[in-house]
Amino acid sequence: MNQMNFDPIILTLIIATPLAGAILLALIPEDTSSPTGSKRHAIGALIITLVTLLLTLHLPAHFNYSAAPHTFQFEQNLSWIPTPNIHYHLGVDGLSMWLIVLAAFLAPLGVLASWNSIRNRTKLFYTLFLLQQVAMLGIFVALDLFLYYGFWELSIVPMTLLIATFGRTENRRRAAIKFFLYAFIPSAILLVAILWLYNLTGTFDLPALQALAATHTLAATPTALLLCSIAFLVAFAVKVPVFPLHGWLQEAVAEAPTAAVMVLAGKLGLYSILRFSFGIFPDQSRHVAPILIALGAIGIVYGALIALIKTDLKTLAAFSTLSHVSFVVLGIFTFTILGLDGGVFQILNESLIGAAFFILLGLLYERYGTYDMRDYGGLATRHPWMATMFVLTTLAAVGLPMLGGFVGEFLILSGSMQSFATHHILWTTLAATGVIFGAAYMLWMIQRVFYGSPGVRTEEVHGWDLCAREHLELWPLAALFLIMGVASPLWMRAIDTYGAPIAGKVVQISPGVYKNIETETYSVNWQEFNRDCIDHPGHCRVEGSARMETAKEVR
Amino acid sequence: MSTNLLAILPELILTLTGIVIMLAEPLIAPGKSRKPLGWLAILGTAASGLAAFYQLQICNAHGTITAFYATIQVDAFSVFFHLLIAAIVLVTLLASLDYFEAGTVTHAGEYFALLCFGATGMMFMTSSVELLMVFIGLEISSISTYILAGFRKGRATASEAAIKYFLLGSFATAFFLYGIALCFGATGSTSIAAIAAGLTITSTPLLGWLAVAMVLIGLGFKVSAAPFHVWTPDVYQGAPSPVVGMMSTAPKAAAFAVLLRFLFSATPMYRSHWILMIEILAVASMTIGNLGALAQRDVKRLLAYSSIATAGYILVAFTASQQDAVAAACFYTAAYAAMNVGAFVVLTQLSGFDEKLRSIQDFTGLALKRPALSALLAFFLISLIGIPFTGGFFGKFYAFSAAVHSGHTWLAIVGLANSGVACFYYLRVLSALYSRPVTDTLSDTPTTPRRVTLPAALALTATAAATLCLGIIPNHLLHLVQRATPTTTVAATTTSPVPTLTPR
Repeated sequence: MNQMNFDPIILTLIIATPLAGAILLALIPEDTSSPTGSKRHAIGALIITLVTLLLTLHLPAHFNYSAAPHTFQFEQNLSWIPTPNIHYHLGVDGLSMWLIVLAAFLAPLGVLASWNSIRNRTKLFYTLFLLQQVAMLGIFVALDLFLYYGFWELSIVPMTLLIATFGRTENRRRAAIKFFLYAFIPSAILLVAILWLYNLTGTFDLPALQALAATHTLAATPTALLLCSIAFLVAFAVKVPVFPLHGWLQEAVAEAPTAAVMVLAGKLGLYSILRFSFGIFPDQSRHVAPILIALGAIGIVYGALIALIKTDLKTLAAFSTLSHVSFVVLGIFTFTILGLDGGVFQILNESLIGAAFFILLGLLYERYGTYDMRDYGGLATRHPWMATMFVLTTLAAVGLPMLGGFVGEFLILSGSMQSFATHHILWTTLAATGVIFGAAYMLWMIQRVFYGSPGVRTEEVHGWDLCAREHLELWPLAALFLIMGVASPLWMRAIDTYGAPIAGKVVQISPGVYKNIETETYSVNWQEFNRDCIDHPGHCRVEGSARMETAKEVR
Repeated sequence: MSTNLLAILPELILTLTGIVIMLAEPLIAPGKSRKPLGWLAILGTAASGLAAFYQLQICNAHGTITAFYATIQVDAFSVFFHLLIAAIVLVTLLASLDYFEAGTVTHAGEYFALLCFGATGMMFMTSSVELLMVFIGLEISSISTYILAGFRKGRATASEAAIKYFLLGSFATAFFLYGIALCFGATGSTSIAAIAAGLTITSTPLLGWLAVAMVLIGLGFKVSAAPFHVWTPDVYQGAPSPVVGMMSTAPKAAAFAVLLRFLFSATPMYRSHWILMIEILAVASMTIGNLGALAQRDVKRLLAYSSIATAGYILVAFTASQQDAVAAACFYTAAYAAMNVGAFVVLTQLSGFDEKLRSIQDFTGLALKRPALSALLAFFLISLIGIPFTGGFFGKFYAFSAAVHSGHTWLAIVGLANSGVACFYYLRVLSALYSRPVTDTLSDTPTTPRRVTLPAALALTATAAATLCLGIIPNHLLHLVQRATPTTTVAATTTSPVPTLTPR
């Protein structure tokens, strides 16, 4: 095999491709005279996103599954600015690899979904869309806190502009400002926290900070560290959004065009929690975990209950999103292998399901010009294909076995049952009822839109069933629902290399720690444990499943 | 070339350019375009920038140039400011070439000449180590800017701007002069090196103390630090946009240069005294500037208050050790120059000579009509907010970390809190720019507005590139300004006439 080795530069290529594309599209003038001319930006964006997708596929193809935990692959680490000490440090591990592929996979679908719905100012739209793509991919690969922060801020701006400019109703400005302030204010505090951390350690480098945190050599008072970790967590939680911080979600979802909604919530915030909150503040994150578990469980039920009474499809989708991301929050904060792996897997699922759902809603809106459920009815006979896709998406969302959603939700709920958090059984029970509510509102929605007597709007307007382009958007998603449902190890193998070591810290096998787990789970003497780790490194490298067995014994 | 001429080469070129423009102005028939004079001024400014660069090479090779009986001292520090001032004036000239074409101004030639003269004065301020010489430079620059502020004759706001600026400015200059007089009273000299030596042995420390206070008041006015800021909003509102871009950055840079030299080289022994005053000025400027800006509806007034706040941020750096302070202050001055001049160039292009766009409301949905200009304005505003990867971020970063290193953490915290407040008013402008008006239907075809001319495009590119470069590769400039520091101290001690005297 005499092929070129792309590994060190592949991540740079992945970010640079959409960036170059955005610049290129911004330079091509808009031409609205001919049909092909008005599509040139869409075609350009499609090509660029497909190239990016191809590049990201390099990662799973060359991923080293047997690498040591907490190490990064495809790394690129260049010194950028000496004072302050900023590095251009990119890298991928089991957590981020599939998220990168996911983000790149959703991009061409987003372009296809905007193909006809965005007719004016296509240049602005696709330029912003590609910039959003750059920011997302950048967030997933950046390992330098400062660099990461740059991408994080960048992710706010194009989205705000997309909502403000391409919003559906006159409420768009309000929605955009709300989204911006909700995202910007916590991230300003995040910047202060990052700078404080830099002042403390002299580095922005994530692996270095992780090492410092793991050895408890961060020279600060526990209160200061806790506050700093909360600054991190809140900035991320708003972006997720976690239950009481979801104020921006409904209006943003209602206004944003389909392609933007697809990437609005979920993965960026959740990834950041997993990477930075858990990475730099492992102890503090465990300290607040019971609260987050409670908020996750409440969010699941709250989102589902609100969705149950809403008649506007976009509002319903917004709260269903809240409900779904809350599942992930619940899962990851259990700090069990099942919860973490299931949570990460569910991020992928939730994004795909959400994307399919929003695309389908967009298709309905393109045909009938309304999101009000009461105007619909009896569509199944007219649009058999669309109805099929809708039902399939719904089933994936409610967690039917064989489809992706089931795997994620099952793992999360089992993980949550095994966790050591206070009242975890209560919260798990509550979360499990959310599954029932989820099924209720989704199926009720299907019934009202596709079955029953024809609604006002459906009688007035004659829509058409899926066209070739729309089939092209939906089939890959539908196929993935199924594949992820029956062949989850394909993804889980990489995810577990991230999840297992993190969870492992909770259920340790050194004798001193065991004693504490049953009584006071979160006040484990980590210093003692770390000493044990150094003395008996073998103890810390137990395979994930073995560790679960140990955990059960302990309990 | 004699050392004396070499030391004032950039100033000399600018003066000559100004004089030639003044002489040529009457030769051009009334009603004819004054653009050639503008190009002449651009050439002159560029040449003076090159001359400053030449000086830098000489300085690197042979060390500091001292001239005219040690009243002029050219070192890396002054060359940095020479280059900065030349660059600011150059961009201003480029941006205002077509500014007057649309208006009814018949005396555009004077405008170009005054910019050259003003720059001369500012450069003198930064390179002289003799306070009287500084004063002369200050007067040359001030009088030029007074006239420039009222250049849109016949408008009430312009006249108000000029008169207010002139009256308050003269008053402040008097304070500065009084401070010089007190220095002379205390030490018997007006040379910075001699003052430094004299103050250590003076029998009247109170006099020296008062002198520092007076100088601080005079220069505080020039940098529009609170509580000497009241003129700023009115003057900025009335003055022509390109001039505001220049006078919110270049004279300020010069005044900060004088302040750095004076405080750190002439009166280091009073540090414990003046640092208190600096702290008060910094906190007051940041707070008043930002809170004041929150209440503004007029974009130029808003930027005026933001410039008051910026003076506060730069003054925060003054609390650090000399090297940190010089590096941070110089960096911030340069970054602020890039982004603020850029913002005003965009305003010039957007609203033209008549300045049609005034209130934030007028900017609503502008991004859809003028996407490129709006994007640039947005970028400059983002830099003014201090988002990472812009010059504004590193400006604030270096200033605040300098304060933290010298133990003034509370000042950095006040500054950070203020930066948070500042987001809101910049964001108001940004959100206006990028929100689609309610009446807009998305299907309207973008109107074809006045095109951005080539010189203006050059000015915009230069400022945007500078803002971006300072945000992603700040180290080049940082190295330059860090090198600028030691020369001032070394030079100050070597030219000291009383090196052998011991403190009392």
